[in-house]
Amino acid sequence: MSVEIKNLSHTYSEGSPFEFKALKDINITIEDGSFIGIIGHTGSGKSTLIQHLNGLLTPSSGTVIVDGKDIFETKKAELIALRHHIGLVFQYPEHQLFEETVQKDVAFGPKNQGLNEEEIDQRVRQSIKMVGLDFDAIKDKSPFELSGGQMRRVAIAGVLAMEPSVLILDEPTAGLDPRGREEILAQIKLLHSQKQITVILVSHSMEDIGKMVDKILVMNEGEVVFFDTPNRVFTEISTLESIGLAVPEVTYLMRRLKEKYPEIREDVFTVEAAKKEILKVIRG
Amino acid sequence: MTMESKNRMIDVRNVYFTYPHNNENESVVALDGVSLHIEKGEFVGIIGHNGSGKSTLSKLLNAIIFPTQGDVIVSGLNTKDQENLWTIRQTAGMVFQNPDNQLVATIVEEDVAFGPENLGVPPQEIRERVDRALAVVEMQAYAHQKPHQLSGGQKQRIAIAGILAMEPECIIFDEPTAMLDPSGRREVMETIKRLNRDKDMTVIHITHFMEEIVAADRIIVLDKGKVVMEGEPRTIFRQVKRLKEIGLDVPQMTELAYELRKEGLKIADDVLSIEEMVNALCQ
Repeated sequence: MSVEIKNLSHTYSEGSPFEFKALKDINITIEDGSFIGIIGHTGSGKSTLIQHLNGLLTPSSGTVIVDGKDIFETKKAELIALRHHIGLVFQYPEHQLFEETVQKDVAFGPKNQGLNEEEIDQRVRQSIKMVGLDFDAIKDKSPFELSGGQMRRVAIAGVLAMEPSVLILDEPTAGLDPRGREEILAQIKLLHSQKQITVILVSHSMEDIGKMVDKILVMNEGEVVFFDTPNRVFTEISTLESIGLAVPEVTYLMRRLKEKYPEIREDVFTVEAAKKEILKVIRG
Repeated sequence: MTMESKNRMIDVRNVYFTYPHNNENESVVALDGVSLHIEKGEFVGIIGHNGSGKSTLSKLLNAIIFPTQGDVIVSGLNTKDQENLWTIRQTAGMVFQNPDNQLVATIVEEDVAFGPENLGVPPQEIRERVDRALAVVEMQAYAHQKPHQLSGGQKQRIAIAGILAMEPECIIFDEPTAMLDPSGRREVMETIKRLNRDKDMTVIHITHFMEEIVAADRIIVLDKGKVVMEGEPRTIFRQVKRLKEIGLDVPQMTELAYELRKEGLKIADDVLSIEEMVNALCQ
Protein backbone atom coordinates (compact mmCIF):
# COMPACT_ATOMS: atom_id res chain seq x y z
CA MET A 1 0.00 0.00 0.00
CA SER A 2 1.24 3.45 -0.83
CA VAL A 3 0.78 6.30 1.61
CA GLU A 4 0.58 9.86 0.40
CA ILE A 5 0.74 12.65 2.95
CA LYS A 6 -0.63 15.87 1.50
CA ASN A 7 -0.29 19.37 2.99
CA LEU A 8 -0.69 17.80 6.41
CA SER A 9 -0.72 20.13 9.42
CA HIS A 10 -1.67 19.41 12.98
CA THR A 11 -2.07 21.87 15.83
CA TYR A 12 -2.69 20.66 19.36
CA SER A 13 -5.10 22.65 21.59
CA GLU A 14 -5.83 25.08 18.78
CA GLY A 15 -7.02 28.50 19.98
CA SER A 16 -5.98 27.84 23.60
CA PRO A 17 -2.92 29.29 25.39
CA PHE A 18 -1.32 25.84 24.98
CA GLU A 19 -1.63 25.89 21.20
CA PHE A 20 1.21 23.92 19.66
CA LYS A 21 1.89 23.41 15.97
CA ALA A 22 3.16 19.83 15.87
CA LEU A 23 3.09 19.36 12.08
CA LYS A 24 3.49 22.07 9.47
CA ASP A 25 2.49 21.34 5.89
CA ILE A 26 4.01 17.90 5.39
CA ASN A 27 4.13 16.55 1.83
CA ILE A 28 5.64 13.13 1.20
CA THR A 29 4.81 9.95 -0.67
CA ILE A 30 5.73 6.56 0.70
CA GLU A 31 5.81 3.97 -2.10
CA ASP A 32 4.15 0.60 -1.80
CA GLY A 33 6.56 -1.98 -0.38
CA SER A 34 9.22 0.52 0.65
CA PHE A 35 11.05 0.65 3.95
CA ILE A 36 11.12 4.12 5.49
CA GLY A 37 12.90 5.38 8.59
CA ILE A 38 11.70 8.42 10.53
CA ILE A 39 14.17 10.24 12.73
CA GLY A 40 14.04 13.46 14.73
CA HIS A 41 14.50 14.44 18.35
CA THR A 42 11.70 14.30 20.92
CA GLY A 43 9.01 16.83 20.03
CA SER A 44 9.91 16.96 16.33
CA GLY A 45 6.51 15.62 15.29
CA LYS A 46 7.32 11.97 14.51
CA SER A 47 4.66 10.45 16.74
CA THR A 48 2.04 12.99 15.70
CA LEU A 49 2.75 12.16 12.07
CA ILE A 50 2.40 8.39 12.39
CA GLN A 51 -0.82 8.72 14.34
CA HIS A 52 -2.36 10.37 11.30
CA LEU A 53 -1.50 7.45 9.06
CA ASN A 54 -4.23 5.24 10.47
CA GLY A 55 -6.61 7.99 11.46
CA LEU A 56 -5.94 8.06 15.20
CA LEU A 57 -5.47 11.79 14.90
CA THR A 58 -7.41 14.03 12.52
CA PRO A 59 -5.46 16.68 10.61
CA SER A 60 -6.00 20.39 11.28
CA SER A 61 -5.58 20.73 7.54
CA GLY A 62 -4.43 18.53 4.66
CA THR A 63 -4.95 14.79 4.44
CA VAL A 64 -3.54 11.28 4.08
CA ILE A 65 -4.25 9.16 1.02
CA VAL A 66 -3.79 5.42 1.40
CA ASP A 67 -3.93 3.37 -1.79
CA GLY A 68 -5.65 6.24 -3.57
CA LYS A 69 -8.27 6.72 -0.85
CA ASP A 70 -8.47 9.85 1.26
CA ILE A 71 -8.76 8.32 4.72
CA PHE A 72 -10.39 11.39 6.22
CA GLU A 73 -13.05 11.56 3.51
CA THR A 74 -14.19 7.96 3.85
CA LYS A 75 -17.14 6.77 5.90
CA LYS A 76 -16.46 5.57 9.40
CA ALA A 77 -16.98 1.91 8.54
CA GLU A 78 -14.55 2.17 5.68
CA LEU A 79 -11.97 3.88 7.86
CA ILE A 80 -12.20 1.07 10.39
CA ALA A 81 -11.60 -1.49 7.64
CA LEU A 82 -8.66 0.57 6.45
CA ARG A 83 -7.17 0.68 9.94
CA HIS A 84 -6.89 -3.09 9.87
CA HIS A 85 -4.45 -2.71 7.02
CA ILE A 86 -2.29 -0.20 8.80
CA GLY A 87 -0.70 -1.74 11.86
CA LEU A 88 0.76 0.61 14.43
CA VAL A 89 3.15 -0.70 17.07
CA PHE A 90 3.46 1.96 19.75
CA GLN A 91 6.46 2.71 21.93
CA TYR A 92 6.78 0.15 24.72
CA PRO A 93 3.93 -1.91 23.22
CA GLU A 94 4.32 -4.51 25.97
CA HIS A 95 2.50 -2.09 28.27
CA GLN A 96 -0.60 -2.87 26.25
CA LEU A 97 -0.56 -6.61 26.80
CA PHE A 98 -3.56 -7.54 28.89
CA GLU A 99 -4.82 -11.08 28.26
CA GLU A 100 -4.34 -14.15 30.44
CA THR A 101 -2.30 -16.03 27.88
CA VAL A 102 -0.03 -15.14 24.99
CA GLN A 103 -2.33 -16.94 22.56
CA LYS A 104 -5.37 -14.94 23.67
CA ASP A 105 -3.47 -11.68 23.55
CA VAL A 106 -2.25 -12.16 20.00
CA ALA A 107 -5.74 -13.33 18.96
CA PHE A 108 -7.38 -10.12 20.16
CA GLY A 109 -6.82 -8.18 16.92
CA PRO A 110 -7.95 -10.83 14.42
CA LYS A 111 -10.94 -11.62 16.66
CA ASN A 112 -12.04 -8.01 16.36
CA GLN A 113 -11.66 -8.29 12.62
CA GLY A 114 -14.43 -10.86 12.76
CA LEU A 115 -12.43 -13.80 11.43
CA ASN A 116 -13.47 -17.38 12.11
CA GLU A 117 -11.80 -19.52 14.77
CA GLU A 118 -9.70 -21.50 12.37
CA GLU A 119 -8.34 -18.47 10.61
CA ILE A 120 -7.62 -16.72 13.92
CA ASP A 121 -5.73 -19.74 15.17
CA GLN A 122 -3.65 -19.90 12.03
CA ARG A 123 -2.78 -16.22 12.14
CA VAL A 124 -1.83 -16.39 15.80
CA ARG A 125 0.50 -19.32 15.14
CA GLN A 126 2.03 -17.61 12.15
CA SER A 127 2.64 -14.26 13.75
CA ILE A 128 4.14 -15.74 16.91
CA LYS A 129 6.48 -17.70 14.71
CA MET A 130 7.29 -14.58 12.68
CA VAL A 131 8.58 -12.74 15.74
CA GLY A 132 10.88 -15.65 16.50
CA LEU A 133 9.03 -17.29 19.40
CA ASP A 134 8.12 -20.94 19.83
CA PHE A 135 4.31 -21.14 19.64
CA ASP A 136 3.87 -24.37 21.62
CA ALA A 137 6.25 -23.33 24.36
CA ILE A 138 4.78 -19.91 24.88
CA LYS A 139 1.09 -19.99 23.95
CA ASP A 140 -0.28 -20.82 27.41
CA LYS A 141 2.07 -18.59 29.37
CA SER A 142 0.90 -15.35 30.88
CA PRO A 143 2.39 -12.44 28.92
CA PHE A 144 3.49 -10.97 32.23
CA GLU A 145 5.89 -13.75 33.14
CA LEU A 146 7.95 -13.26 29.99
CA SER A 147 11.20 -11.29 29.71
CA GLY A 148 11.07 -7.71 28.41
CA GLY A 149 12.26 -8.72 24.94
CA GLN A 150 9.74 -11.56 24.71
CA MET A 151 6.89 -9.31 25.83
CA ARG A 152 7.88 -6.81 23.15
CA ARG A 153 7.71 -9.55 20.52
CA VAL A 154 4.34 -10.82 21.67
CA ALA A 155 3.02 -7.26 21.39
CA ILE A 156 4.39 -6.98 17.86
CA ALA A 157 2.88 -10.38 16.99
CA GLY A 158 -0.49 -9.01 18.08
CA VAL A 159 -0.27 -6.34 15.37
CA LEU A 160 1.12 -8.74 12.75
CA ALA A 161 -1.82 -11.10 13.34
CA MET A 162 -4.04 -8.48 11.74
CA GLU A 163 -1.92 -8.87 8.58
CA PRO A 164 -1.34 -5.19 7.94
CA SER A 165 -0.14 -3.97 4.53
CA VAL A 166 1.59 -1.06 6.18
CA LEU A 167 3.46 -1.69 9.42
CA ILE A 168 4.47 1.30 11.52
CA LEU A 169 6.80 0.76 14.48
CA ASP A 170 7.55 3.52 16.98
CA GLU A 171 10.96 2.80 18.53
CA PRO A 172 10.61 -0.96 18.62
CA THR A 173 14.04 -1.47 20.21
CA ALA A 174 13.91 1.15 23.00
CA GLY A 175 15.14 -0.24 26.30
CA LEU A 176 16.28 -3.60 24.90
CA ASP A 177 19.80 -4.97 25.28
CA PRO A 178 22.09 -5.20 22.22
CA ARG A 179 21.09 -8.76 21.33
CA GLY A 180 17.41 -7.99 21.80
CA ARG A 181 17.75 -4.96 19.53
CA GLU A 182 19.50 -6.94 16.84
CA GLU A 183 16.95 -9.76 16.91
CA ILE A 184 13.92 -7.48 16.65
CA LEU A 185 15.46 -5.52 13.78
CA ALA A 186 16.42 -8.69 11.91
CA GLN A 187 12.86 -9.94 12.21
CA ILE A 188 11.40 -6.68 10.95
CA LYS A 189 13.75 -6.80 7.97
CA LEU A 190 12.79 -10.38 7.22
CA LEU A 191 9.13 -9.53 7.48
CA HIS A 192 9.53 -6.69 5.05
CA SER A 193 11.28 -8.83 2.47
CA GLN A 194 9.01 -11.88 2.85
CA LYS A 195 5.66 -10.16 2.98
CA GLN A 196 6.48 -7.24 0.70
CA ILE A 197 4.69 -4.88 3.05
CA THR A 198 5.43 -1.20 3.54
CA VAL A 199 7.38 -0.64 6.77
CA ILE A 200 7.78 2.67 8.58
CA LEU A 201 10.30 2.59 11.40
CA VAL A 202 10.63 5.43 13.90
CA SER A 203 13.96 5.33 15.71
CA HIS A 204 16.52 7.39 17.58
CA SER A 205 19.29 5.16 16.34
CA MET A 206 20.97 6.38 13.16
CA GLU A 207 22.95 3.14 13.07
CA ASP A 208 19.83 0.99 13.02
CA ILE A 209 18.03 3.12 10.50
CA GLY A 210 21.03 3.49 8.20
CA LYS A 211 21.41 -0.28 7.91
CA MET A 212 17.82 -1.05 7.06
CA VAL A 213 15.82 1.54 5.20
CA ASP A 214 15.44 2.75 1.60
CA LYS A 215 14.75 6.31 2.61
CA ILE A 216 15.00 8.40 5.77
CA LEU A 217 12.54 11.08 6.74
CA VAL A 218 14.27 13.60 9.01
CA MET A 219 11.92 15.82 10.99
CA ASN A 220 12.48 18.94 13.03
CA GLU A 221 9.92 21.22 14.69
CA GLY A 222 7.07 19.71 12.72
CA GLU A 223 8.73 20.06 9.34
CA VAL A 224 10.47 17.75 6.87
CA VAL A 225 14.20 18.47 6.81
CA PHE A 226 15.22 15.60 4.51
CA PHE A 227 13.43 12.75 2.80
CA ASP A 228 16.16 10.90 0.98
CA THR A 229 18.40 7.82 0.88
CA PRO A 230 20.63 7.15 3.92
CA ASN A 231 23.75 7.87 1.84
CA ARG A 232 22.57 11.37 1.04
CA VAL A 233 21.13 12.13 4.49
CA PHE A 234 24.20 11.02 6.45
CA THR A 235 26.55 13.32 4.57
CA GLU A 236 24.59 16.33 5.88
CA ILE A 237 26.40 16.17 9.21
CA SER A 238 26.21 19.85 10.13
CA THR A 239 22.48 20.18 9.38
CA LEU A 240 21.76 17.02 11.38
CA GLU A 241 23.82 18.27 14.32
CA SER A 242 22.10 21.64 14.25
CA ILE A 243 18.76 19.89 14.87
CA GLY A 244 20.09 17.77 17.73
CA LEU A 245 20.85 14.59 15.78
CA ALA A 246 24.13 12.84 15.31
CA VAL A 247 25.46 10.53 12.61
CA PRO A 248 27.02 7.15 13.43
CA GLU A 249 30.60 7.24 14.77
CA VAL A 250 31.98 5.61 11.63
CA THR A 251 30.60 8.48 9.53
CA TYR A 252 32.50 10.97 11.69
CA LEU A 253 35.56 8.80 11.31
CA MET A 254 35.34 8.88 7.51
CA ARG A 255 35.14 12.65 7.57
CA ARG A 256 38.28 12.80 9.70
CA LEU A 257 40.11 10.35 7.47
CA LYS A 258 39.38 12.49 4.44
CA GLU A 259 42.17 14.86 5.50
CA LYS A 260 44.71 12.12 4.90
CA TYR A 261 42.84 10.12 2.25
CA PRO A 262 40.95 12.65 0.09
CA GLU A 263 39.46 9.88 -2.07
CA ILE A 264 37.65 8.18 0.83
CA ARG A 265 33.84 8.11 0.66
CA GLU A 266 31.94 9.91 3.37
CA ASP A 267 28.54 8.30 2.88
CA VAL A 268 29.42 5.36 5.10
CA PHE A 269 27.38 4.53 8.18
CA THR A 270 27.97 0.90 9.07
CA VAL A 271 31.06 -0.81 10.46
CA GLU A 272 30.94 -3.24 7.55
CA ALA A 273 30.96 -0.48 4.91
CA ALA A 274 33.65 1.46 6.79
CA LYS A 275 35.85 -1.61 6.83
CA LYS A 276 35.55 -2.05 3.05
CA GLU A 277 36.19 1.61 2.33
CA ILE A 278 39.22 1.84 4.62
CA LEU A 279 40.76 -1.30 3.15
CA LYS A 280 40.17 0.07 -0.33
CA VAL A 281 41.98 3.37 0.23
CA ILE A 282 44.77 1.92 2.35
CA ARG A 283 45.54 -0.96 0.05
CA GLY A 284 44.91 1.19 -3.01
CA MET B 1 40.06 0.88 60.27
CA THR B 2 42.52 -0.17 57.60
CA MET B 3 43.38 2.00 54.62
CA GLU B 4 41.52 -0.35 52.31
CA SER B 5 38.20 -0.27 54.11
CA LYS B 6 38.41 3.51 54.48
CA ASN B 7 38.37 4.03 50.73
CA ARG B 8 35.82 1.36 50.07
CA MET B 9 32.39 2.58 49.06
CA ILE B 10 30.75 -0.76 48.42
CA ASP B 11 31.72 -4.31 49.15
CA VAL B 12 29.68 -7.18 47.77
CA ARG B 13 30.83 -10.43 49.35
CA ASN B 14 29.87 -13.72 47.77
CA VAL B 15 26.26 -12.72 47.24
CA TYR B 16 23.50 -15.03 46.09
CA PHE B 17 20.01 -13.84 45.34
CA THR B 18 17.06 -16.05 44.47
CA TYR B 19 13.64 -14.72 43.53
CA PRO B 20 11.17 -16.91 45.45
CA HIS B 21 9.19 -18.30 42.52
CA ASN B 22 7.44 -17.38 39.33
CA ASN B 23 4.02 -18.58 38.18
CA GLU B 24 5.27 -22.08 37.59
CA ASN B 25 6.71 -22.34 41.09
CA GLU B 26 10.30 -22.37 39.94
CA SER B 27 12.68 -20.18 41.88
CA VAL B 28 14.99 -18.00 39.80
CA VAL B 29 18.63 -17.52 40.74
CA ALA B 30 19.39 -13.92 39.77
CA LEU B 31 22.82 -13.62 41.38
CA ASP B 32 25.04 -16.64 41.72
CA GLY B 33 27.99 -15.90 43.99
CA VAL B 34 28.91 -12.33 43.13
CA SER B 35 31.86 -10.61 44.78
CA LEU B 36 32.92 -7.11 43.84
CA HIS B 37 33.95 -3.82 45.34
CA ILE B 38 33.65 -0.17 44.43
CA GLU B 39 36.12 2.40 45.74
CA LYS B 40 35.19 5.93 46.75
CA GLY B 41 35.27 8.34 43.79
CA GLU B 42 35.29 5.57 41.19
CA PHE B 43 33.21 5.55 38.00
CA VAL B 44 32.22 1.95 37.38
CA GLY B 45 30.19 0.75 34.41
CA ILE B 46 28.10 -2.41 34.75
CA ILE B 47 26.98 -4.20 31.59
CA GLY B 48 25.17 -7.45 30.90
CA HIS B 49 22.18 -8.48 28.80
CA ASN B 50 18.63 -8.39 30.08
CA GLY B 51 18.30 -10.95 32.84
CA SER B 52 22.02 -11.03 33.67
CA GLY B 53 21.39 -9.77 37.20
CA LYS B 54 22.31 -6.08 36.80
CA SER B 55 19.12 -4.65 38.21
CA THR B 56 19.01 -7.19 41.03
CA LEU B 57 22.51 -6.10 41.97
CA SER B 58 21.58 -2.43 41.94
CA LYS B 59 18.59 -3.06 44.19
CA LEU B 60 20.81 -4.93 46.63
CA LEU B 61 23.24 -1.99 46.82
CA ASN B 62 20.39 0.31 47.74
CA ALA B 63 18.92 -2.08 50.34
CA ILE B 64 15.66 -2.42 48.44
CA ILE B 65 16.19 -6.18 48.51
CA PHE B 66 18.54 -8.30 50.61
CA PRO B 67 20.95 -11.13 49.75
CA THR B 68 19.67 -14.69 50.07
CA GLN B 69 23.24 -15.44 51.10
CA GLY B 70 26.36 -13.29 51.49
CA ASP B 71 26.80 -9.66 52.50
CA VAL B 72 26.42 -6.25 50.93
CA ILE B 73 28.39 -3.56 52.76
CA VAL B 74 27.75 0.07 51.86
CA SER B 75 30.16 2.57 53.38
CA GLY B 76 31.00 0.07 56.12
CA LEU B 77 27.35 -0.75 56.91
CA ASN B 78 25.81 -4.16 56.28
CA THR B 79 22.43 -3.96 54.52
CA LYS B 80 21.29 -6.87 56.69
CA ASP B 81 21.07 -4.71 59.80
CA GLN B 82 17.66 -3.09 59.89
CA GLU B 83 18.91 -0.03 61.75
CA ASN B 84 21.29 0.77 58.88
CA LEU B 85 18.56 0.92 56.23
CA TRP B 86 17.92 4.65 56.12
CA THR B 87 21.57 5.58 56.35
CA ILE B 88 22.36 3.22 53.48
CA ARG B 89 19.58 4.51 51.27
CA GLN B 90 20.76 8.03 51.93
CA THR B 91 24.37 7.07 51.24
CA ALA B 92 23.66 5.27 47.97
CA GLY B 93 21.08 7.13 45.89
CA MET B 94 19.45 5.61 42.85
CA VAL B 95 18.28 6.95 39.50
CA PHE B 96 16.04 4.75 37.37
CA GLN B 97 15.19 4.33 33.71
CA ASN B 98 11.86 6.11 33.43
CA PRO B 99 11.95 9.78 34.45
CA ASP B 100 8.15 9.91 34.63
CA ASN B 101 8.09 7.36 37.44
CA GLN B 102 10.51 9.28 39.62
CA LEU B 103 9.11 12.78 39.77
CA VAL B 104 6.48 13.25 42.46
CA ALA B 105 5.77 16.98 42.83
CA THR B 106 4.08 19.48 40.53
CA ILE B 107 6.90 22.06 40.67
CA VAL B 108 10.53 21.24 39.91
CA GLU B 109 12.03 22.65 43.12
CA GLU B 110 9.42 20.94 45.27
CA ASP B 111 10.33 17.68 43.62
CA VAL B 112 14.00 18.18 44.44
CA ALA B 113 13.05 19.07 48.03
CA PHE B 114 11.05 15.86 48.52
CA GLY B 115 14.07 13.74 49.56
CA PRO B 116 15.61 16.08 52.15
CA GLU B 117 12.13 16.86 53.54
CA ASN B 118 11.67 13.18 54.25
CA LEU B 119 15.04 13.04 55.93
CA GLY B 120 13.90 15.77 58.32
CA VAL B 121 16.40 18.35 57.11
CA PRO B 122 15.62 21.86 58.52
CA PRO B 123 13.79 24.15 56.02
CA GLN B 124 16.60 26.67 55.60
CA GLU B 125 19.04 23.92 54.77
CA ILE B 126 16.56 22.31 52.36
CA ARG B 127 16.45 25.60 50.46
CA GLU B 128 20.24 25.62 50.20
CA ARG B 129 20.46 22.00 49.17
CA VAL B 130 17.81 22.39 46.49
CA ASP B 131 19.55 25.42 44.99
CA ARG B 132 22.89 23.65 45.06
CA ALA B 133 21.51 20.48 43.50
CA LEU B 134 19.74 22.37 40.71
CA ALA B 135 22.95 24.27 40.01
CA VAL B 136 24.95 21.06 39.72
CA VAL B 137 22.57 19.63 37.07
CA GLU B 138 22.33 23.10 35.46
CA MET B 139 18.57 23.37 35.86
CA GLN B 140 18.27 26.49 38.07
CA ALA B 141 16.34 28.27 35.36
CA TYR B 142 13.63 25.62 35.57
CA ALA B 143 13.12 25.68 39.35
CA HIS B 144 9.55 26.97 39.12
CA GLN B 145 8.46 24.97 36.07
CA LYS B 146 6.17 21.98 36.01
CA PRO B 147 8.10 18.72 35.50
CA HIS B 148 5.72 17.48 32.79
CA GLN B 149 6.70 20.42 30.58
CA LEU B 150 10.33 19.33 30.52
CA SER B 151 12.08 17.08 27.99
CA GLY B 152 13.12 13.55 28.96
CA GLY B 153 16.73 14.58 29.49
CA GLN B 154 15.71 17.51 31.67
CA LYS B 155 13.38 15.31 33.74
CA GLN B 156 16.21 12.87 34.31
CA ARG B 157 18.46 15.74 35.46
CA ILE B 158 15.75 16.78 37.94
CA ALA B 159 15.62 13.19 39.20
CA ILE B 160 19.40 13.37 39.68
CA ALA B 161 19.06 16.71 41.53
CA GLY B 162 16.48 15.09 43.82
CA ILE B 163 19.05 12.45 44.76
CA LEU B 164 21.85 15.02 45.15
CA ALA B 165 19.73 16.99 47.60
CA MET B 166 19.92 13.99 49.93
CA GLU B 167 23.72 14.34 49.81
CA PRO B 168 24.63 10.76 49.01
CA GLU B 169 28.20 9.52 48.69
CA CYS B 170 27.39 7.33 45.76
CA ILE B 171 24.76 7.24 42.99
CA ILE B 172 23.63 4.13 41.19
CA PHE B 173 22.25 4.83 37.73
CA ASP B 174 20.08 2.00 36.41
CA GLU B 175 19.87 2.58 32.63
CA PRO B 176 19.14 6.31 33.03
CA THR B 177 19.37 7.00 29.30
CA ALA B 178 17.37 4.04 27.95
CA MET B 179 14.27 6.11 27.26
CA LEU B 180 15.96 9.27 26.00
CA ASP B 181 16.74 10.59 22.53
CA PRO B 182 20.38 11.25 21.53
CA SER B 183 20.45 14.84 22.79
CA GLY B 184 18.76 13.86 26.08
CA ARG B 185 21.25 11.05 26.45
CA ARG B 186 24.16 13.44 25.92
CA GLU B 187 22.79 15.88 28.54
CA VAL B 188 22.41 13.18 31.16
CA MET B 189 25.80 11.58 30.45
CA GLU B 190 27.54 14.95 30.71
CA THR B 191 25.84 15.52 34.06
CA ILE B 192 26.89 12.10 35.37
CA LYS B 193 30.48 12.53 34.23
CA ARG B 194 30.67 16.00 35.76
CA LEU B 195 29.38 14.70 39.10
CA ASN B 196 32.14 12.13 39.17
CA ARG B 197 34.91 14.42 37.93
CA ASP B 198 34.14 17.67 39.75
CA LYS B 199 32.18 16.53 42.80
CA ASP B 200 34.06 13.31 43.43
CA MET B 201 30.80 11.40 43.45
CA THR B 202 31.12 7.62 43.27
CA VAL B 203 29.17 6.54 40.20
CA ILE B 204 27.84 3.11 39.31
CA HIS B 205 26.43 3.26 35.82
CA ILE B 206 24.36 0.39 34.46
CA THR B 207 23.76 0.65 30.73
CA HIS B 208 23.25 -1.04 27.37
CA PHE B 209 25.11 1.71 25.53
CA MET B 210 28.79 0.83 25.44
CA GLU B 211 29.87 4.31 24.28
CA GLU B 212 28.68 5.70 27.64
CA ILE B 213 31.29 3.80 29.64
CA VAL B 214 34.30 4.10 27.38
CA ALA B 215 35.77 6.61 29.86
CA ALA B 216 34.81 4.69 33.04
CA ASP B 217 37.53 3.74 35.52
CA ARG B 218 36.41 0.15 35.49
CA ILE B 219 33.78 -2.06 33.85
CA ILE B 220 32.12 -5.08 35.40
CA VAL B 221 30.42 -7.57 33.07
CA LEU B 222 27.63 -9.75 34.41
CA ASP B 223 26.31 -12.86 32.74
CA LYS B 224 23.81 -15.33 34.19
CA GLY B 225 24.19 -13.87 37.66
CA LYS B 226 27.99 -14.06 37.75
CA VAL B 227 30.78 -11.54 37.28
CA VAL B 228 32.45 -12.82 34.10
CA MET B 229 34.81 -9.95 33.28
CA GLU B 230 36.20 -7.00 35.17
CA GLY B 231 38.78 -4.37 34.27
CA GLU B 232 39.55 -1.13 32.48
CA PRO B 233 37.39 -0.34 29.42
CA ARG B 234 40.32 -1.06 27.13
CA THR B 235 40.92 -4.49 28.59
CA ILE B 236 37.21 -5.35 28.45
CA PHE B 237 36.27 -4.06 25.01
CA ARG B 238 39.23 -5.62 23.20
CA GLN B 239 37.54 -8.97 23.89
CA VAL B 240 35.07 -8.41 21.08
CA LYS B 241 34.29 -12.04 20.43
CA ARG B 242 33.62 -12.91 24.04
CA LEU B 243 31.35 -9.91 24.57
CA LYS B 244 29.34 -10.77 21.47
CA GLU B 245 28.98 -14.33 22.67
CA ILE B 246 27.24 -13.13 25.80
CA GLY B 247 24.95 -10.85 23.79
CA LEU B 248 26.77 -7.57 24.29
CA ASP B 249 28.20 -4.96 21.97
CA VAL B 250 31.46 -3.08 21.80
CA PRO B 251 31.93 0.59 20.85
CA GLN B 252 31.79 1.08 17.06
CA MET B 253 35.46 2.02 16.81
CA THR B 254 36.55 -1.07 18.72
CA GLU B 255 34.47 -3.24 16.44
CA LEU B 256 35.93 -1.59 13.35
CA ALA B 257 39.47 -2.11 14.68
CA TYR B 258 38.63 -5.76 15.31
CA GLU B 259 37.28 -6.19 11.78
CA LEU B 260 40.30 -4.45 10.23
CA ARG B 261 42.68 -6.64 12.21
CA LYS B 262 40.91 -9.72 10.89
CA GLU B 263 41.73 -8.43 7.39
CA GLY B 264 45.38 -8.29 8.36
CA LEU B 265 45.71 -4.57 9.02
CA LYS B 266 48.23 -3.81 11.74
CA ILE B 267 46.17 -1.89 14.20
CA ALA B 268 45.86 -2.01 17.99
CA ASP B 269 42.97 -4.12 19.30
CA ASP B 270 42.05 -1.67 22.04
CA VAL B 271 40.97 1.33 19.97
CA LEU B 272 38.07 3.07 21.71
CA SER B 273 37.58 6.49 20.15
CA ILE B 274 37.48 8.17 16.74
CA GLU B 275 40.63 10.05 17.69
CA GLU B 276 42.54 6.85 18.37
CA MET B 277 41.31 5.32 15.14
CA VAL B 278 42.39 8.36 13.12
CA ASN B 279 45.84 8.14 14.72
CA ALA B 280 46.06 4.43 14.04
CA LEU B 281 45.15 4.82 10.38
CA CYS B 282 47.07 8.00 9.59
CA GLN B 283 50.50 7.10 10.93
